[in-house]
Amino acid sequence: MADEHDYAPAHAPHIHVTPMWIYIAVFLALAVGTLLTWWVSTIDLGWMNTPIALLIATIKAVLVILFFMHVIHSTRLTWVVVIASFLWLGVLFVLTFADYLTRIWQIY
Amino acid sequence: MSDITLDGTAPVPHAEPHAHHPFLQHHFEDLGQQHEASTLGMWMFLSTEILFFGGVLCAYWIYRVMYPEAWALAAEQQNKLFGGINTIVLIISSLTMALAVRNAQLGRRKATVGMLFATLVFGSTFLAIKSIEYWQHYHEGLFPGIHFTWNEVPALAPKVQLFMTFYWSMTGLHALHMVIGAGLLLWMMMRAWRGDFGPEYYGPVEIMGLYWHFVDIVWIFLFPFLYLIHGVHHG
Repeated sequence: MADEHDYAPAHAPHIHVTPMWIYIAVFLALAVGTLLTWWVSTIDLGWMNTPIALLIATIKAVLVILFFMHVIHSTRLTWVVVIASFLWLGVLFVLTFADYLTRIWQIY
Repeated sequence: MSDITLDGTAPVPHAEPHAHHPFLQHHFEDLGQQHEASTLGMWMFLSTEILFFGGVLCAYWIYRVMYPEAWALAAEQQNKLFGGINTIVLIISSLTMALAVRNAQLGRRKATVGMLFATLVFGSTFLAIKSIEYWQHYHEGLFPGIHFTWNEVPALAPKVQLFMTFYWSMTGLHALHMVIGAGLLLWMMMRAWRGDFGPEYYGPVEIMGLYWHFVDIVWIFLFPFLYLIHGVHHG
């Protein structure tokens, strides 16, 4: 590293080094989630099949976002952008399905 | 630096009391602000990526609601073993990516390069397995177009072809992101090897990690959506 430059360490970014055990625990949770999704897909839970698959995938995604992507330690402004992203995604789905699922003259 | 500027006047003294970190861009106050700005900027980009994949997913769900039998039958054409193995491979690559960032934060040069390399290896493994699946589907006649052949339930064949169109587009877009990620990994490996990163400056590895983890999240949803649709009460 460039030692010849004398810069003030006080200006370094606020570092949060995540402990190893958290990374390992998140990884194991993701692996278990994957096996769980697979196993659940082999048994018939009726109308619950899709919601359960979605729930497991969402939990996995939240774990990745919070811990692997360090959002849990990021600034509030970053939180706003992250949450807003999913809010817009929600708008995309809700408004689209508010149309398609209410076309009662079509039979799905 | 010369003491005389081009127009002959004395240069304005540098405002800062101390010299710059070599990677501090001049428009930022300090490395902390620079790091926050790049994190925020990357998340802005990722929000466009979320909506980009979200658009395809939304179209996929509309047709899944319309043609549940065809979707379930089509998902049975997928190689669930390969899909499952690939999900695990990608999760391992996310772990090694996270550890690369951690090593960069701690200033461990060789460990950073090693973890980036491991991420590249697992990412390439994913793409290799995906290529085998593509090869199989192509030879089974499951590529949409004039050579599409699937006749288990002739009435549902066009809808199964529609599913396969989604399958190829979604996994293809995902694979394209992986290939770009592999290129970024090579670039980060070179910079890490050169010794650019340490506790004061590890932003690029962190930002590259955000991209890689995002691509992993996309797959976390694609796997159940494309491989594990439950046989919807047919029969």
